[in-house]
Amino acid sequence: MSVLMQEMGERALRLGVPFSVQLDLTYRCNEQCVHCYLDHDDHGEMTTVEIKRLLKEMAEAGVFILTLSGGEIFMRKDFFEILEYARELTFCIKLKTNAVLIREAQAARLRDLGVESIQVSIYSGRPEGHDAITKVAGSFRRSVAAIRFLRAQGLKVVIANVLMTENMRDHHGVRVLADELGVKYTLDPTITPMMDGDRSILDLKAGVSELHTLFRDEAYISNVDEFCAPPPAPDADSMNSLPCSAGHTACYVSPYGEFYPCVQFPLSCGNVRQQRFIDIWRNSEQLKEIRSIRLRDLSSCSQCAHGSTCTRCPGLAFMEGNMRGPSTADCEKSFARTGIPSKNLLAKKETASPPPRQLVQIQIVPAITGSRLSGIGVPASAVAS
Amino acid sequence: MSKKVYVARSPRIAARMLGEEMLVMSAQGSTLFTLNPTATVLWQAADGATPLDEIVESRICSEFEVKPEEAMRDAEALAADLAKHGILLISEEPIPSKSPVQEQHRP
Ligand code: SF4
Ligand code: SF4
Repeated sequence: MSVLMQEMGERALRLGVPFSVQLDLTYRCNEQCVHCYLDHDDHGEMTTVEIKRLLKEMAEAGVFILTLSGGEIFMRKDFFEILEYARELTFCIKLKTNAVLIREAQAARLRDLGVESIQVSIYSGRPEGHDAITKVAGSFRRSVAAIRFLRAQGLKVVIANVLMTENMRDHHGVRVLADELGVKYTLDPTITPMMDGDRSILDLKAGVSELHTLFRDEAYISNVDEFCAPPPAPDADSMNSLPCSAGHTACYVSPYGEFYPCVQFPLSCGNVRQQRFIDIWRNSEQLKEIRSIRLRDLSSCSQCAHGSTCTRCPGLAFMEGNMRGPSTADCEKSFARTGIPSKNLLAKKETASPPPRQLVQIQIVPAITGSRLSGIGVPASAVAS
Repeated sequence: MSKKVYVARSPRIAARMLGEEMLVMSAQGSTLFTLNPTATVLWQAADGATPLDEIVESRICSEFEVKPEEAMRDAEALAADLAKHGILLISEEPIPSKSPVQEQHRP
């Protein structure tokens, strides 16, 4: 992130502006990825008119970065109508797509509309490896062809890969492919539980030993010694720090209008079909609570050696049952990085913990494959994650 | 008589007011800029139909209390600079609008 972008994020935080929003246009998809946690049926997506009204409200609220995602965004017949309107409202648009439906004409249109960047999910450098994850034969060939069309238009493309047991040996192949295509590459080991609270999908998660190897791979980590060094003890500043941007400068809206702090934080704060976007942003009790939380308020994390450097995701913690609690996936990352067990892992060892409770508080859990969150262990910032 | 110059906001930029400053990102190279108040006024008035000298007279001179010649010189330099970064289009003919939503939203 550029220094100026970071400054703008900090200013947005001071001004209470929702600087960055992810809007999922649909949960429908033309792939069936093994790690996806979405319910792909349409349970009543917002109409074109509703989405346009929401976009207008977001522009008026000061939203600058608008990420359009899904599901697969090109499954919506009105996708270009929505995108065109969003550009008229001068949003900085980022797209997340599997790119299967992008051909030359679509790529040219995206260029004309001034889209800032397009993130494409690629899970392997081998066609059969990628297609085994998407469960769609030929999807690798189509997605890679689409990336070439997008590059030919001069568009910025980022390949996002989700690291899981299925493709553990393939991530270098994706990096080589990204280099060959001249695009950026991000790798993320985060797997998110299913919408209905089913956590069995987490079996796909990379283990600690795999993370240990990954965090020492100089192809991804520029300064391994620094990255894997024991964390400094949390000081007063880190005790007062915010967990991340969710609900502070960023939020998420589902295809059904549900408003959440983040795509990975399924605590409903309202619905844009019933309330204005800015009213939810300013007045939601859930958001007020999230905004009040500092590291010092977190039960285990405030006592943990990793407190100042951990990438703890409050959304994943919430899905484990307590938004003030630890996120076990991040405890594992901290341990794989430094070899120092977290407060949470130590406590778990002492008492065999009960199975995580089901997500009774969720009505509709927002979309996203782990691939939508880039970075492999860089501490979450209060500006954008 | 010198030729008229028309300025228009590039359709390929993203922009939003953040506090008192206009945030502008050019799709060309994903570069982020902040515009100072004078540049913001110029940018907002750049509708492709109003000549630059009229913008300077009606918007800049009145708001910033500067002499017309001085303001025009600065505005021309500013417009050229913004054009160099792909933020503004400059032409000797009126520039048809590609973006029907012209107003800028403030939080
Ligand atoms: S850490 Fe990142 S993914 Fe988790 S809630 Fe915060 S912004 Fe969202
Ligand atoms: S390692 Fe675990 S317990 Fe420690 S700060 Fe991170 S999430 Fe909290």
